[in-house]
Amino acid sequence: MSVLAVVCALLVVLPLILVLFYLLKMGVSSLNWNFFTKLPEPAGVDGGGMANAIVGTLELMGLALVMGVPIGLLGGIYLSEYGSEKTNTWIRFGADVLNGVPSIVWGLIGFTLVVAPMGGYSAFAGGLVLACIMVPLVLRTTEEVLVLVPTSYREAGMALGIPRWKITFNIVLRTAAKGIVTGVLLALGRIAGETAPLLFTALGTTLWNTSLKDPIAALPLQIYNYAISPYPDQNRQAWAGALVLILMVFLLSASVRIVSSRRKK
Amino acid sequence: MNSVITNQPFVMSDPAKPVTESVPVHPTAPAPSPSPAAATPVPQQEIAFDIQDLSIFYGSHQAVKNVTMHIPSGSVTSIIGPSGCGKSTALRALNRMHELTPGARHTGKILMKGQDLYGPGVDATVVRRRVGMVFQKSNPFPTLTIAENVLVGLRLNGVRDKTFLNKRLEESLRMAALWDEVKDHLNRPGTGLSGGQQQRLCIARALAVRPEILLMDEPCSALDPIATAKVEELIHALKSQYTVVIVTHNMQQAARVSEKTAFFYMGKLIEYGPTEQIFMNPKDPQTEAYVSGRFG
Amino acid sequence: MKRYFHHELEDLRKHLILMGERTIDSVRLSMQSLLADDVSMAGQVIALDDEIDRLEVLIDAECVRYITLRQPVAHDVRLMTVAMKTNHELERAGDEATSIAKRARRLAEFGKVDEFFNIPRMGDLALEQLRDAMDSFIAEDANKALLVPRRDKEVDDLNRDNYVKLTDKISGHPETSHANIELIFISKSLERIADHATNIAEEVVYLLKGEDVRHTQEVRRTAM
Repeated sequence: MSVLAVVCALLVVLPLILVLFYLLKMGVSSLNWNFFTKLPEPAGVDGGGMANAIVGTLELMGLALVMGVPIGLLGGIYLSEYGSEKTNTWIRFGADVLNGVPSIVWGLIGFTLVVAPMGGYSAFAGGLVLACIMVPLVLRTTEEVLVLVPTSYREAGMALGIPRWKITFNIVLRTAAKGIVTGVLLALGRIAGETAPLLFTALGTTLWNTSLKDPIAALPLQIYNYAISPYPDQNRQAWAGALVLILMVFLLSASVRIVSSRRKK
Repeated sequence: MNSVITNQPFVMSDPAKPVTESVPVHPTAPAPSPSPAAATPVPQQEIAFDIQDLSIFYGSHQAVKNVTMHIPSGSVTSIIGPSGCGKSTALRALNRMHELTPGARHTGKILMKGQDLYGPGVDATVVRRRVGMVFQKSNPFPTLTIAENVLVGLRLNGVRDKTFLNKRLEESLRMAALWDEVKDHLNRPGTGLSGGQQQRLCIARALAVRPEILLMDEPCSALDPIATAKVEELIHALKSQYTVVIVTHNMQQAARVSEKTAFFYMGKLIEYGPTEQIFMNPKDPQTEAYVSGRFG
Repeated sequence: MKRYFHHELEDLRKHLILMGERTIDSVRLSMQSLLADDVSMAGQVIALDDEIDRLEVLIDAECVRYITLRQPVAHDVRLMTVAMKTNHELERAGDEATSIAKRARRLAEFGKVDEFFNIPRMGDLALEQLRDAMDSFIAEDANKALLVPRRDKEVDDLNRDNYVKLTDKISGHPETSHANIELIFISKSLERIADHATNIAEEVVYLLKGEDVRHTQEVRRTAM
């Protein structure tokens, strides 16, 4: 029986190892100082880097965080602390539906509702769409974590004559903080690699982004463009970009583990 | 004939009390063992809670049925009874905590020192600052240190003065008989203490907001005998300044700590009187059956 | 850890010791009134008896209260039963002393008693037994307590001797028979007081050692 378990475990881990290996093999040779600091060169010209894409991805994640997390957080708090059974069921249903929306649909929504009225592709639109993807994730994980906080803490707070909202924010939220941070990091990890929505909102660029109203480069977009390009140098850079993206996600997952394992005893 | 006994004059342990008057069997006489820590005794006429025909419902189920009783100030009153008899529900009504359960409603009145607890415009949060509560399972907040736990009720209600807070911290921990054990590690997490210490921490936390009345819902049921004894000693010491109402399924504890005992069964108040009378000579046969362990 | 109600145990001990003192006083005074032919002392004995009775009621109430409210075990619960039995023995001894005092008063009406036979010696012994029993309780000395039942035979023998001598005297001198009959009763009372002291001492052994030595070989051996 245990042999079977070991075999299954290996089967699961094996593809991951193979992928990482292949990425490393294909991409590591293109990882150099230029890659991380230079802007892309025009088509056909060798050299250049993905500096703006890396920064752009970080910028978009930041925007998504700022716009998506508060809504998800407050929604999760409402579901756990204040909601009634009936409304909660509907809200959860809505969140689950949103979770299931294909990311390209989000892109189209972003295009129709933000890009078109604004008259152009923008970092703001990209960030907003990513935020929309994050909200149901953060909402559900926040709710789950808050519900796990024992009722006795809330009761103890109420018995001290502390107002309800202070109990929620100073005691319950604080107790669940680790779980909430984990949920946010996981959501970030998810959106880091989203390509389709950015196609219609952020568009991508070969320049540095200077304003939220302007298009912005992002790693997934750049990888896509370079992967289908006929120039081998750009293909190689695509591999490097994929490697960097995977490393980013890997870092996020690692920090999730660090945060959740640090037990304050 | 040498004798150890000398011919002493007729002197009692307490010279003020002649022999005849301290025969304690008399049901209406006050208990003859005064607390050495007591200051001037609180006049026994003052009533902490005047409960009038209280009934509590959870949905369609009636948990408490038409209870009327007076709980005196400056003493310990215990509520005993089998599981599900409504004693915890009744206790929680005294600081409006039963309202937290969805579907809970009540009829009847509860006056605390003359004021209607459920009157129009009465804020439940303010009631709970005057009537504190300690729960069965100790629940210090896990993200706070010992000091932060004790002071959380004050801080989250806007108190900032550091000197005042530090003074209150020490006073509360001393009243909870915990100061000596934790005074050198006030910045350790509250959850790092033993079970008995955690419960005393929760008591200190409740006392820090200086309620007038302290409700205790089976505070020792999760504690070992020594920790229980320490909590009982501190309840005895609190008598001089606080009114304590304690729900317990441990009858012997009720006999040890309280002056008056109320026996609940199936939501009804069956008998209520001086603890001595309830345990030595109860009037109701159901009370007698319960305290003798012949129930069920 | 000293609980806040442990002083109730100390109060109980104090009351029991006080009751012992009063009973000893009572016996002593009754003997004095008999031998010194002083009837005023008889009045004091009767007053003491009221105190002894009150203490009996008080101690019983304290014990039942302590048992109910404090759930004592081990030494403490033995103290309760020992206190309740001892106070009863002391109360009976006090009644015997009162009876002696009343008879002493009656004897005074018949004129001076010419011969007391063993009665003074019995009085001394009875007092000594009572004192030793109470001392063994105060000092928590089980060995001292065990000596009391072992000396009881001497008092019994003296009483039997009195009976023989007094009945002889009554047949020989019928004119003093009333007085001599009183003396027989007084002798019996003193023998009873010594018995009560023995019972108290046996209770003290039970309190200190947890062993019930009544009617065992332990106590049947005679002293010396």
